[in-house]
Amino acid sequence: MAELLQIKNIRKTFPGVVALDDVSFSVEAGEIHTLLGENGAGKSTLMNVLTGLYHPDRGELLLDGKQVQFTSPRNSLARGIGMVHQHFMLVPAHTVFDNILLAMDRVPLIYDRKTFQQKIQKIIDEFELDLDLNARVWKLSIGAQQWIELIKLLLRDCRLLILDEPTAVLTPQEADRLFAVLRRLQQQGKSIIFISHKMREVMDISDRVTVLKKGRSIATLERGQFDRETLATLMIGSDQIPQWQKNLQMSDKIVLDIRNLSVRNDRGLADLDDFSLQLKEGEILGIAGVAGNGQKALAEALTGLKPVNRGRILAGEQDLTHSSARASYISGIAHIPEDRKSIGIAPDLNVADNLIMKSFKNPCYRHGIFQNLRAIRGNARDKVSRFAIKTGSDTAPVRYLSGGNIQKVIIARELSERPKVLVALYPTRGLDIGSAEYVHKVITDGAADGMSTILIAEDLDELLKLCDRIAVIFRGRLIGYADPRTTTREEIGLMMSGEKRRIAS
Amino acid sequence: MKLVTERRDISSPLLRFFAPVASIAVALVCAGFLLLATGVNPLEAYREILYESLGSVYGLSETLVKATPLIFAGLGVSLAFRMQIWNIGAEGQIYMGAMGATWVALFSGLTNHWLLMAGMFAAAMICGGVWAGVAGFLRARWEVNEVIVTLLMNYIAILLVDFLVYGPWRDPQGFNFPLTAQFADAARFANYFDTRLHSGFFLALLCALLLYLFMERTIWGYQIRVIGSNPQAARYAGMRTGKTIFAVLFISGAIAGVAGFSEVAGLQYRLSHGISPGYGYTAIIVAWLARRSAVGVIIVSLLMGVLLVGGDSLQMLWQLPIAFIYAFQGLILFCLLAADFFIVYRLKLVRGTRHG
Ligand SMILES: Nc1ncnc2c1ncn2[C@@H]1O[C@H](COP(=O)(O)OP(=O)(O)OP(=O)(O)O)[C@@H](O)[C@H]1O
Ligand SMILES: [Mg+2]
Repeated sequence: MAELLQIKNIRKTFPGVVALDDVSFSVEAGEIHTLLGENGAGKSTLMNVLTGLYHPDRGELLLDGKQVQFTSPRNSLARGIGMVHQHFMLVPAHTVFDNILLAMDRVPLIYDRKTFQQKIQKIIDEFELDLDLNARVWKLSIGAQQWIELIKLLLRDCRLLILDEPTAVLTPQEADRLFAVLRRLQQQGKSIIFISHKMREVMDISDRVTVLKKGRSIATLERGQFDRETLATLMIGSDQIPQWQKNLQMSDKIVLDIRNLSVRNDRGLADLDDFSLQLKEGEILGIAGVAGNGQKALAEALTGLKPVNRGRILAGEQDLTHSSARASYISGIAHIPEDRKSIGIAPDLNVADNLIMKSFKNPCYRHGIFQNLRAIRGNARDKVSRFAIKTGSDTAPVRYLSGGNIQKVIIARELSERPKVLVALYPTRGLDIGSAEYVHKVITDGAADGMSTILIAEDLDELLKLCDRIAVIFRGRLIGYADPRTTTREEIGLMMSGEKRRIAS
Repeated sequence: MKLVTERRDISSPLLRFFAPVASIAVALVCAGFLLLATGVNPLEAYREILYESLGSVYGLSETLVKATPLIFAGLGVSLAFRMQIWNIGAEGQIYMGAMGATWVALFSGLTNHWLLMAGMFAAAMICGGVWAGVAGFLRARWEVNEVIVTLLMNYIAILLVDFLVYGPWRDPQGFNFPLTAQFADAARFANYFDTRLHSGFFLALLCALLLYLFMERTIWGYQIRVIGSNPQAARYAGMRTGKTIFAVLFISGAIAGVAGFSEVAGLQYRLSHGISPGYGYTAIIVAWLARRSAVGVIIVSLLMGVLLVGGDSLQMLWQLPIAFIYAFQGLILFCLLAADFFIVYRLKLVRGTRHG
């Protein structure tokens, strides 16, 4: 096969950080090439260099054998290289159609809406996507937003598509659809660079895998040469994956009692409908369900971010139904949100400041009205080393951290206050395997100390591994409980699609 | 060949320092041609500006005097900037502050110097604070755009002061000029070095220090920084954004109000029509160029002071028209703002016209 793109000895530094040290690899026409590496290994940075968003300090890019220098993403797009970013770049208040139109080349000042609409609809139909062109972007799920980004690139007729952790925000079903689309594109002769931390997907789809470690490309393996273990060893190297043991030890004491909860969404439809759930002390209760069946509403209602229409949330004697986020937190509920960039962090503040966002009023972080900077920095040092957060420099704003490291900052903050109850939405999303294991360990350790967890995840393996009980949610209602020791993936799958119920606990 | 702009990945601290310096140099060259055209030797003119504004005790003191209200108002505006709130109304808040201080000085019946100072200070802060607080309240309560409200409140404040100095507060012995009576000595700041330099300048420095500590060291400053960076995350962490928006605009206006106090107590000794020749608007530029930092506000204000004093002397020495002085100051500001652009972008010559 012909080499479409060659990357040679790329180096890229930021003040105080060497993000890419020495990276070389190549992409052939019609291949799916996966980039694998720990959080902060430099994957996103490399892709940004490829598309001209960043300019390498050293090294060269060869497209079709000829050296190129991209000055901006517009530039690389014109040469057929397009990228879907880890964090999307859409205008939330506009419709899907407007967002796509914005990205198109040579739209005349006065355009015929119909022809463009047809053109876009053709692509949607060709790949069997399910997307309403007139919907406003902010109302769409993150998965749907990703389709928009992809359609933009398909319209531009890209030869090389770069997808930075596309599946992190997709349900397994959506991911399967994405893979089908990618395979179709591959058959059309297009090349794809794919980034993911999920081994199952990597094994599934890659023709070749290049492993990045600390800003260096350390190996490129062909299909057949790699399996899970080799890749994991290459990626993590001498770093140990933390070991942990689950011990079932929940008590019968109920810490959170959700009774007949109903929550409506922005469109006035019921997100949660007469939903009841009991959380016991020290247990890890998984919520399984196809995304969009009310999980997010449940988390937001529990943490006070969304008003409750009907029903009650009780914690012991206390009624939490109508309280602000702060009051809920004081009563001991920690929350790992789904949308980390928009509500999880203050992007312009440094790691230390972000880690105390919820506890800055705590006496140990202040002297009267003044902040206790020494304690705040000490806390940051402690969390950074415990959660292996890779920061550039201590004072750098968190917005410059890699996606996975931002997620770690949020998790470290939420779990640091020894919460009584943790509501976690997709907590290991975007984390590399070592970090994901560490987060599992922290959750199980917490459970051993009496912390109760509501774990909302889409990865059934994760739920089966971690949980004491699994509750299945379907169309905003509780379908039933499953016991992870005895149930099967198939049984849960049937319950998730609403075909089987089992109410027992 | 084509000239393209390209976003920098990072802006180095070195660049952040040199870009403004270089931009001033460019502005001086451009203005130099203007000067040549009017038959003035630019080098001589620049020497004159520097000498007049920095070269003598008197010149230096005048520069500091001019910088004083800019520091106050600039600090106020920059505090609001920290929270992504645009206080365009510093001008009105200066007028209100001056009005409040004048009321205490003339009509409170106090005679003790320190009591008077404290009373005038407090009145100026309250008047300026309330003036901006109105916008804060409307914004926090009904999401009314604070830019419009603060801007329109300027006109109300200026007209209100005009009403007072043309009407009820006019000095009966003032030959019908739009002025109040002069303050008693007890209601005036001390002067230093036999110049017009007054305590207001030192108060401004103190204010900058306090504001710095407030923003970087206190838990309130911390909340303002979080809200300024991501209001959604702040709400999620349980911070009261509405209350903070009101408080920040109030404080922002209060600090700008102190500029009015400093002008009447340190310089004019009375309230008059046109008490501020647009310091409040210049303060917006000051805050912008200072990048929200308190030290930056001081530095930029001093630079503006040099321009103002130097401009006056050019006008006197070479009989240059006032329009020229404005053009000159405009050029320098324009170049400084351009430097801002070059800190984020760089220009690049690329060969070929298509890709590069
Ligand atoms: N604009 C920037 N300024 C400073 N440092 C940066 C910037 N962008 C990236 N970095 C640093 O470069 C390193 C590599 O980051 P990158 O985002 O490429 O990691 P990644 O491999 O994509 O990780 P993840 O799997 O978590 O997304 C990180 O340590 C990050 O802090
Ligand atoms: Mg990344």
